[in-house]
Amino acid sequence: MIGQALNRVDGPLKVTGGATYAYEFRDGDQPLYGFVVGATIGRGRITGIDTTRVESSPGVHLVLTHQNAPAQGARDLSVPFEYWRAYPTLSSPDVHHHGEPVALVVAATFEQARTAANLVDVEYAAEQGSYDFAACQDQAYAPESLIFGIPADTAVGDVDAGLRTAEVQVDEWYTTPYEFSQPMEPPACLVVPDGDDLVVYTSCQIVDAARASIAATLELDPERVHVVTQYVGGGFGSKLRIHGETILAAMAARALQRPVKVALTRQQMFSSVSVRPTSSQRVRLGAERDGRLVAIAHEVTMHTNRHVEFIEPTATATRSLYAAPNRLTSTRLVPLDVLRGEDVRAPGEAPGLLVVESAVDELAHALGMDPVELRIRNEPTVDPERGVPYSDRHLVECLRDGADRFGWERRLPEPARRRDGRWLVGYGVAAAIRVHLQGPTKAAVRLGPDGIAVVESDMTDIGTGTYTILTQVAAEGLGLPPDRVRVELGRSEFPPSVGSGGSWGAGNSSTAVHHACTALREKLLAAASSDVRSPLHGLDTAGAVFSGGSVSIDGASEALGEIVTRNCPEGLEAEGETVLLTEEPNYGAYAIHTYGAHFAEVGVDADTAEIRLRRMLGVFSVGRVLNAKTARSQLIGGMIWGVSQALAEEGVVDMRSGGFVNRDLAQYLVPVHADIPEIDAVMLDGFDDKANVLGVKGLGELGICGAGAAVANAVFNATGVRVRDFPITIEKVLPGLPLTEV
Amino acid sequence: MRPFTYERATDVPGACAAASRPGATFISGGTNLLDLMKLEIERPSHLVDISRLPLADVDELQDGALRIGAQAANSDVAADPRVRTRYPVLSQALVAGASGQLRNKASVGGNLVQRTRCPYFYDTAAGCNKRDPGSGCSAIGGFNRIHAVLGASDSCIATNPSDMAVAMSVLDAQIELLDADRSVRRVDIADFHRLPGDTPHVETVLRPGEMITAVILPPPPPGRQLYRKVRDRASYEFALVSVAAIVATDRGTISSARVAFGGVAHKPWRSADAEAALTGRPATMATYRAAAETAMRDAVGQGQNDFKIDLARRTLCRTLVQAAQAS
Repeated sequence: MIGQALNRVDGPLKVTGGATYAYEFRDGDQPLYGFVVGATIGRGRITGIDTTRVESSPGVHLVLTHQNAPAQGARDLSVPFEYWRAYPTLSSPDVHHHGEPVALVVAATFEQARTAANLVDVEYAAEQGSYDFAACQDQAYAPESLIFGIPADTAVGDVDAGLRTAEVQVDEWYTTPYEFSQPMEPPACLVVPDGDDLVVYTSCQIVDAARASIAATLELDPERVHVVTQYVGGGFGSKLRIHGETILAAMAARALQRPVKVALTRQQMFSSVSVRPTSSQRVRLGAERDGRLVAIAHEVTMHTNRHVEFIEPTATATRSLYAAPNRLTSTRLVPLDVLRGEDVRAPGEAPGLLVVESAVDELAHALGMDPVELRIRNEPTVDPERGVPYSDRHLVECLRDGADRFGWERRLPEPARRRDGRWLVGYGVAAAIRVHLQGPTKAAVRLGPDGIAVVESDMTDIGTGTYTILTQVAAEGLGLPPDRVRVELGRSEFPPSVGSGGSWGAGNSSTAVHHACTALREKLLAAASSDVRSPLHGLDTAGAVFSGGSVSIDGASEALGEIVTRNCPEGLEAEGETVLLTEEPNYGAYAIHTYGAHFAEVGVDADTAEIRLRRMLGVFSVGRVLNAKTARSQLIGGMIWGVSQALAEEGVVDMRSGGFVNRDLAQYLVPVHADIPEIDAVMLDGFDDKANVLGVKGLGELGICGAGAAVANAVFNATGVRVRDFPITIEKVLPGLPLTEV
Repeated sequence: MRPFTYERATDVPGACAAASRPGATFISGGTNLLDLMKLEIERPSHLVDISRLPLADVDELQDGALRIGAQAANSDVAADPRVRTRYPVLSQALVAGASGQLRNKASVGGNLVQRTRCPYFYDTAAGCNKRDPGSGCSAIGGFNRIHAVLGASDSCIATNPSDMAVAMSVLDAQIELLDADRSVRRVDIADFHRLPGDTPHVETVLRPGEMITAVILPPPPPGRQLYRKVRDRASYEFALVSVAAIVATDRGTISSARVAFGGVAHKPWRSADAEAALTGRPATMATYRAAAETAMRDAVGQGQNDFKIDLARRTLCRTLVQAAQAS
């Protein structure tokens, strides 16, 4: 059952509209609708808000501003993870970035709220903000440490000395732009007051974090906050925490004692949620003529909002990727008055590998060496910075298998040599590595007298397939057909999890469900073997087999439902859990990652420099696969985002206002169907016994890791033009193209 | 979105009368207008829905021209066998525009009056002379990668986003207009859209209440027709640069040529200079380059859009090569 390409169990509900998303719930009275008003300056102070025009606008019930918002809890830095911290909103007249909420207008209809929102007159005392990342590099500072206490900087050996002795060197600067998560479903919620309690239907990735953040902000007992997140239309990091929309709806619902809904518009999603920080990265590589690296240095500078520090761990993948005796990674932050950074899919690896794997391609070109071979020559035997063994590293297999399947041998090493009509055609390769993490997650499995197992966890399914994989894990764990398993997720009353994010959701929750099933099997066997009415009475349970809804020992068999009916008609339940990786010895003793190799073929129009993907393949090593279909979909989705990162995405800040200019999906470009002709993801058979009992590792982010670099390297192979300022767009390639000829 | 009233027009003159009232405007597919209303960039108090008026037919006229009803869907016109055979440049331009869903909904008349996609036009917190006359142009000195390189002014550097209109430009289309007083006039497409000057909010010669009822395509000129659109992604993006060309050759010499650019100006940019530089000259790259130089002689970049000038030259040259090869 585990591993099969089972169709999504929630698929029929989703395609028929039967799956209820946060904004679509109806609970209690007719809801009111809130519309957020965003700041039109990037830095400064609100000196006055005139709401008289709003209050006389039809249907308006409430205008919340910093003048009448309730007191709120502050961000408590002793709470270890940002997503659980308070998110005070409208808590002061200070403006920390363009688009920050300055008011919420609540009205009887969405249209009335939106119309009235335009009538809020806000006066500002604007100050000169810092918006220009490139111009503020002199203000860079070193953060204390990264998430989980990982050091911000590392050094092994002597990089400068290594580079001096290296026969071939690469020393280049790269930049990556602001990028946005932009899920299909916007941040959206319905908050329903229920006595002193709040029921919060919200679109989030971590229910426990949402509950904690709402409670901390509104200074409530977390037990009074009930979060419901049954379905999520994509998160990609932007919903790891709740933002202003949920806090504002909750404040309004409490003030009015009415249900209040708030959703952001697409434009607001570019100004008041979060962004992947922009970066400047220097990569220095030194190698011997045979390709062996003697030095690797990856120095990263990224923006952070001045008031809320966020550090994307962009240099960390480099610490484990290739062998080299002399190594250095560093992390610096430039404080700006720009939207706050938060995690976006594959935080760290996505911008880091885009750059490092471009630099490795530059080195291969400088060496005159095949870039697949160069990577294989630098395969480490142990993690080169931590000195610990890898749990299950198959990067070389991914590279070899991918090269074989892709037809890599047809690549012409000399750039700009392959033509197909007006297209310059190039091939590119890049490696993928993504750290595997584990966090505390609980799940309960209850078997009813009807023989149906119900799995409960506050874990979320953000479109990734959690409902489906947990159905499979529970079905296998209890020997049930999948239609006898029901998975219930996304309620704060269920056992807590760390949700979906960091590629750890599947590993955490499937392991917890597996443990719960193991415990439940023990309970069932104990009940049956001690029950004189059971055909299994007195038998040795060591050889018990669970299959088809029954348990058998030496030819004797009984249906699970009957054991439950007789012994505990209210149902038999067991819990399973995982713990934080710092409490799990394997995570200290081994370097646990997933791996992959991307191969891309692009065409570049010889006249216009239009760049189009022609085909792409990824081969991945992810441990054991839980569901071949949902896993492949996730990997392909990540790869497409890599294409997007290389060729399309760029949030542009207006240096005068500090706001993002291209605030819709017609102007913030991502690939459309026509941009992705042929793409495939292949997963190697695997089982990482160091990761967890199921041998499963996360793969939600692996697909994007390095994918953009394969595309960028293919553009270089096609044209001979190396663009180090992402994304690679027409104007950056055009000057390097030869003059058009007949 | 401001509250508004709505009526579905039942006859053409009545629709014009209704739309000439203050605050009233026509709506057809609504693919652009509704977005603008949500942002309160357009704030009509009354909508006159003309999408179901009997103006969607494509008819052949006695003089060999084709009359395209203004309410015909973009997708229907693109698929019309007469358009595909005799006016392929128009069919190509239409299918290069927007997305399948939008083309199904958008009308020919609406396409002609769609507003610019300058991001500052859509950002009500930014200055924009087109949206709010006298408030300045934030695109100048701002993010202006997609902006005009020809015919712009100190007041506005926005571009016209239409592909269809660029093709109509080389087809010498005429726009048929019906006024509220029931008078009919025809305007050459070259005269229909205006350059920004110091009144960028006035984009066409349409009068209040005047309705686009049809587009008339004269019999096609000889030669091969081509539309080439250049953009960052393969679909659903406005042109960075586009070229519509009709080229006829006779024993290696260009006997006639029509050329227009999209994405470079506040209106479809027909280049008489380029046409003069092509006509009577040998069909060679040297000729095309000379024509491209001429066409872009007065082009001025804003910094981020400088590349469009060279891109337009290159796109023209390649389009001419292809058109001349097959003509």
